[in-house]
Amino acid sequence: MMIVKWLDFLVKHGQTLKWVTLAFMLGLVVIDLVLPSAYDRFVWETWGGFGALFGSLACLILIVGAKALGFGLVYRSENYYQDELEGSEMSGDPREQKERDNA
Amino acid sequence: MHELFSINWPGLTWLHPSLALILGALLIPLFRGRVQQVYRLLLAGLFMLAVFSTVPGTHASFRFLDLDIVMGRADQLSLVFSYVFAIMAAIGAIYALHVRDNVQHIAGFIYAASAVGVVFAGDLLSLYVFWELMMLSSVWLIWRNRSPVSFASGFRYLLVHAVGGVLLLAGIVLYFAQTGSLAFDRIEVEGAAFWLILIGFMINAAVVPLHAWLTDAYPEATITGAVFLSAFTTKTAVYTLMRGYPETEILIWLGAVMTLWGVTYAVLANNIRRLLAYHIVSQVGYMVAGIGLGTALALNGSTAHAFAHILYKALLFMSAGAIIHMTGRAKLSELGGLYRYMPLTFLFYMIAAFSISAFPLTSGFVSKTMILEAYAENQQAIVWLMLSLASAGTFLSVGLKLPWFAFMGKDSGLRPKEAPLNMQVAMGIAAFFCIFIGVYPQWLYQFLPFQPVDYNAYTTGHLLWEFQLLLFVGLVFFLLRGYLTPKDKITLDTDWAYRVAFPRTLRFVGEHGTTAWHAFLATLRWPLVRVYEAASKHHGPQGTLAKTRPTGSMVLWVAVLLAASLLIYYL
Repeated sequence: MMIVKWLDFLVKHGQTLKWVTLAFMLGLVVIDLVLPSAYDRFVWETWGGFGALFGSLACLILIVGAKALGFGLVYRSENYYQDELEGSEMSGDPREQKERDNA
Repeated sequence: MHELFSINWPGLTWLHPSLALILGALLIPLFRGRVQQVYRLLLAGLFMLAVFSTVPGTHASFRFLDLDIVMGRADQLSLVFSYVFAIMAAIGAIYALHVRDNVQHIAGFIYAASAVGVVFAGDLLSLYVFWELMMLSSVWLIWRNRSPVSFASGFRYLLVHAVGGVLLLAGIVLYFAQTGSLAFDRIEVEGAAFWLILIGFMINAAVVPLHAWLTDAYPEATITGAVFLSAFTTKTAVYTLMRGYPETEILIWLGAVMTLWGVTYAVLANNIRRLLAYHIVSQVGYMVAGIGLGTALALNGSTAHAFAHILYKALLFMSAGAIIHMTGRAKLSELGGLYRYMPLTFLFYMIAAFSISAFPLTSGFVSKTMILEAYAENQQAIVWLMLSLASAGTFLSVGLKLPWFAFMGKDSGLRPKEAPLNMQVAMGIAAFFCIFIGVYPQWLYQFLPFQPVDYNAYTTGHLLWEFQLLLFVGLVFFLLRGYLTPKDKITLDTDWAYRVAFPRTLRFVGEHGTTAWHAFLATLRWPLVRVYEAASKHHGPQGTLAKTRPTGSMVLWVAVLLAASLLIYYL
C-alpha cells in the first residue's frame, strides 16, 4: 500500500526527519525572538520563545509529577480490585456467586 | 439564526427527531441481515434530516398536569449541539454496521435520541425524562460487552448516574417549589435547588471528583458502544451547564482541575481506551472552564470545542476500537509496531490526535484556542497557565505516548489486518470533519450561540505559540520516552471510595459493629437483668417461694394435727 511505503520511507529517514524538525524548531524560536510580540496581555507573551520553554518544562513537570503520583500513591497491580474484595458478597459476577452457592 | 433547510412533514409542524428515532429503533428487531443494515442507515439519515431541518423557534409545547412542557426549544445553542449529535449518531451507526446485536443498536439509537431530547427540552421535566433515558439506554452499551468486568462496571455506572438523577430530580422539585416554573433557563435561585441541579449536571459532565464513573466504565464498553458513549453523556451535560450555569465561578476552577487531572492520569494509563477516557475528562474541563468564565468568546469557545471534541474523540475511540477489534488487545504494554499492518487506522488516529492536541489546520486548534484567548483577554494568568499545561499533556499522551507504543516502538509480533470497511468509512468521515473544521473554521463559527463571531485562530502569535509548545513537548518526550514505557498496572482514582473504602467500611461495621451492638444492648439490659435475677431469687423456679418445703411441711403438720386429734379422741 502507498501509505505503508510512505510511512516506511519516513521511518527509514528518521535521522534526516529529526534534524529537519530540530532546525524547524530552532527557526520558530528565532522568529519568535526577532518578530515583535503580537500580544502583551501576559508578561511572558512579550518575551519571545516562551512557548518553547513552557512546552519543555510542561512536559517535564507532567512526566515527573504523574510518575511521582503513580509510584507514590495510585499505582496498583491489575488484580487489585478483585483481590481487595475477594470473598465479599459485594464483588464479582453474581452469576458466579450463585454457581458457587449451588455447588 | 440559521436553518439549513426546511421540510414540510406530512401532518406535522415539526418532527421531533428523538421521538422518531426512538420509535424507529424499537422496530430494528423486525429486520434481519442486510435489510436491517440498510434500515439502520436510513434511520440515522432520517434523524439527521429531522435535526437539520429544525427551524429555530419553539415547537411541541403543551400543558401536561398543569405544567408547561416544551419539547422543542430550537435556538442557536440547542441547534449547534443537536447538529453534532446527529452527525455523530450517523457516524456511530456506520461504525457499528457490522455488529449483530439488536440490543446494542437499539440502545445506541435511543441513547443518541435522548441526548438530542435533552438538548431540545425547554423545560426541566422533559429534560429529566430524556436525561434518565440516556442513562438507561447507555448502560447496555457497557453490559453487552458480556464480561464480568463490564457487568460490574456497568452496574457502578448505573448506580452513580441513578444517584445523580435523584439529586437532579430533587433539585428540580425544589426549583419548581421556589419559582413556580419549570422553564429551563439560567438557574438563578438560591440555596439547595441551585446546588442539587448543578451537582446533577456535574456528575454527567464528569467534573472532578465526580468523574470516576467515566474512566471506569468507558474502557469496558463494547467497541462500538464506547464510540457512542464518548460523544453524548458528557456533552449533553456541557450543554445543560452552559444553559443553566454560565459565569459560575466555581466551574472555572473545577474545569481547570479537570484538564490537569485527566492528563496526569493519562500519562499513567496502560489501557488505550482508559487513556482516551481520561482525555475526555481533560477536554470537557476546557469546556467547563469556558462556561465558568461566561464571556461571549468563552461560551462560543466551549460550544465550538464541544463540537470539535465529539468528532475527534469519537475518531480516537474508533481507531482504538479498530485496534482492539483486530488484535484483541487493549493494553499498550502488549501492542507495538502496528503502523505497517493498520496504516489507515494509524493515519486516522493521528489526524484525531493532532486535532485533540490543537495542531494548526485541525479542528481542536480553532476551538481550544478560543477558550484560551477568552482567558487571555480577561488576564486570568493562573487558569491560562493551567489550561496550557494541560494542552502540553494532551499532546504528550494522545499525540505521542499512545501512537508511539501502539503503532511504532517495538514490534509486538502482531500482524492484524485493517478494520472492516464500514469502520474505516466511519473513521474517514470523522477525520474529514477534523480537517475541514480546522481549514474552514467559519463553517463551525456560523453555528455558535453568540453572533457575530469575531475571532481568528490563525494569527502569527497563536501559530508561533502552538508550534513551539507542541514541538518542544515532542522533544522532551523523545528524550525521556524510556520513563514512559507503559506498566502493567492500574491506577486508583476517586472511585476507590465506593469500590474499596465503602465496602471495606461496611464489612468492618458488619463484623465489629455486631459485637459492639450486642455489648451495648447488654449494658442497656443490665438493670433489667438485675431485677429479673432478684425476682427469680424469690419467685423463680428455684426461688425461695417456689420451693416445695411449705407444702411438704403443711402435709407434715396436717399429719401431726391429725395424729394429735386422733390421740385426743382416743384419750
